[in-house]
Amino acid sequence: MLEIKDLNAWYGESHILHGVDFNVQEGEVVTLLGRNGAGKTTTMKSIMGLVPRREGHVVFKGGETIGMMPNQIARAGIALCPEERGIFGSLSVTENLMLPPIVAPGGLSVDEIYTLFPNLKERARTAHGTRLSGGEQQMLAIGRILRTGAKMLLLDEPTEGLAPVIVQQIGRTIREIKNRGFTVLLVEQNFRFAATVADRHYVMEHGKIIDMIPNEQLEANMDKLHDYLGV
Amino acid sequence: MIMIFGIPGPLLFGQLLLGLINGAFYAMLSLGLAVIFGMLNIINFAHGALFMMGAFAAWMLLNYFDIGYFPALILAPLLVGAFGIFLEKTIISRLYKLDHLYGLLLTFGLSLVIEGLFRNGYGSSGMPYRIPSLLQGATDLGFMFMPNYRGWVVLAAFVVCTATWLIIEKTSLGATLRAATENAPLVQAFGVNVPRLITLTYGGGIALAAFAGVLAAPIYSVNPNMGSNFINTVFAVVVIGGMGSILGSIVTGFGLGVVEGLTKVFYPQASATVVFVVMVIVLLTRPRGLFGKAA
Ligand SMILES: Nc1ncnc2c1ncn2[C@@H]1O[C@H](COP(=O)(O)OP(=O)(O)OP(=O)(O)O)[C@@H](O)[C@H]1O
Ligand SMILES: [Mg+2]
Repeated sequence: MLEIKDLNAWYGESHILHGVDFNVQEGEVVTLLGRNGAGKTTTMKSIMGLVPRREGHVVFKGGETIGMMPNQIARAGIALCPEERGIFGSLSVTENLMLPPIVAPGGLSVDEIYTLFPNLKERARTAHGTRLSGGEQQMLAIGRILRTGAKMLLLDEPTEGLAPVIVQQIGRTIREIKNRGFTVLLVEQNFRFAATVADRHYVMEHGKIIDMIPNEQLEANMDKLHDYLGV
Repeated sequence: MIMIFGIPGPLLFGQLLLGLINGAFYAMLSLGLAVIFGMLNIINFAHGALFMMGAFAAWMLLNYFDIGYFPALILAPLLVGAFGIFLEKTIISRLYKLDHLYGLLLTFGLSLVIEGLFRNGYGSSGMPYRIPSLLQGATDLGFMFMPNYRGWVVLAAFVVCTATWLIIEKTSLGATLRAATENAPLVQAFGVNVPRLITLTYGGGIALAAFAGVLAAPIYSVNPNMGSNFINTVFAVVVIGGMGSILGSIVTGFGLGVVEGLTKVFYPQASATVVFVVMVIVLLTRPRGLFGKAA
C-alpha cells in the first residue's frame, strides 16, 4: 500500500530524515515509535508533501508521489491527522467535520462518525472548533478524515495528553476502522497503547528506521524497546 | 423647513446620503482588501488602480463597443478580475513567502504603472459617464429629494457586501477560505488546490473593486486618479475595522462614510481628516481594530 525508500527531508539547512525505509501493507496498522525529535512527525509530513524539501521514494498503491503537491497526494487517498490536531477556530464543529473534500467513495457517513464519537454529535453546533476540549478536538481531527474516503490514514500521536477513557475510545476506533479495511500509520510515544492496536512497529532514531518488531514479538523485545525509547 | 440641531433637514440628510455613498465605496473596497489580505497575506495597494480600471472598463465598453451600464456592471468586473488573476499568477504569487512589506511595495509599484498608463492614454482631466436612463431623476422621500442613482449605489453596495459576507460565513466555499486563511498547508493536505483558491480569491477581490468602479463612474468623473483619491481613506477603514475582518470592513466602511458626511455638516474644516483622527484613537485604544481578533 505504502512503500517508503531512502526518504530524506530537510527544513532549510537542517537535514532531518536520513534515508528512511519502511512499508505498510494494505489493511495493516503500523506504528512509528521513537524518542522526541526522532523524526516521526517529519516522516508523516514528508509522506503528505508538507516539508519544504524531500527526496527519495514514497510509493503509494504502486505510484510514485514524491513529486506531487499535498492536494494531489490527498486526492490519491492519503489523509493526515496532524500532531497539533489542526482544528480551525474560525470554523464551527460541523464546518470542521465537513471541510476535507471527499476524495474517494467508501468513507464513513456523518452518522457513523457520530456513532464512533457521540461527544461530537452533542457539540456539533459549537461555533468555534477550538472551543472543544482536547479530547473532543482529537475526535474531530480523526472523524473528519474518516469521511473523505481516503483509505490510508496517517495519525500523529492521537492519544497525546488525553485521559485514559478517551485513549480507549480512540483505540476502539482504530480497531474498528482496521476492520473496515482502512490502513493506518500511527505515530505513538505510548507503546503500551500501540500494542493494543498495531500489527507491526517500526522504531525510529535520528531520522532513520533502526528496527522493526512484529506486535506478537513485542513482549520478547521489551528490554530492547525500553532501551530505544529511553523509558 | 425642519431644523435638526440647528441644521436645515435637507442639508443634513443630503450630507448623510453623500456620506453613505462614500461609505458604500469604502465598504466594497476595504472588503476586497480584507479578503485578499486574509488569503494572500498581501496588502494590495493596487486596489485603487483596479477600482479605477473598473470605471474605465465601463467607459470603454460604452464608447468603443456601445455596451451600456447594466451589462458593464457584470462585464467590467469579469474583465478586470481576469486581469487581476493574470497579475496574481505572473507577479504577486512570487512574494508569498516574503514579508508583507514586499507585497505592499510591489502592488504600490503596480498601481503607479497602471495609473501612469491610463494617464498617458486618457489624460487626467476625467471623462463623463452618463447615468443610465433607468436610474435618472430623483425621488421625493418626504424629508428630502434623493437622486435615484445615489440610492441605487447604496443599495447595490449593500447587496454585494452582504452577499460576500454570506458566502464567506455561511457556505462551504467560505469555510474552506476561512480555514485556508488559518492554516493553508493543512487545507491543501486535505486535497484542496490552495494555490488555485488563492488566485481565485484575488480575482474575486479585484472584481469587487471593479464593480465599485463601475458604480462610481457616473458619480465621479472617470479619471486615472479616482482610485488614489479613495485608497488612503480605504486603508484607514481597514485599519479601524481590523485587518482582515470581513464584517469589520463592511460596517466600518459604511459607518465612516456617515461620520465623514456628518462632520461636513457640523464641522466642515475637519471633514477631510476625521477618518484619520478616528484611526489614531482606535489604534491607541484597540490596536487590532474594532473587529480585529486577538492574535
Ligand atoms: N519546522 C521545523 N523547522 C526546523 N526544524 C524542525 C521543524 N520541525 C521539526 N524540526 C526538527 O526536526 C527534528 C525532528 O522533529 P519531528 O517533529 O519530526 O520529531 P518527532 O519524532 O515527531 O518528535 P515528537 O515525539 O517530539 O513529536 C527535531 O530535531 C526538530 O527540532
Ligand atoms: Mg512529532
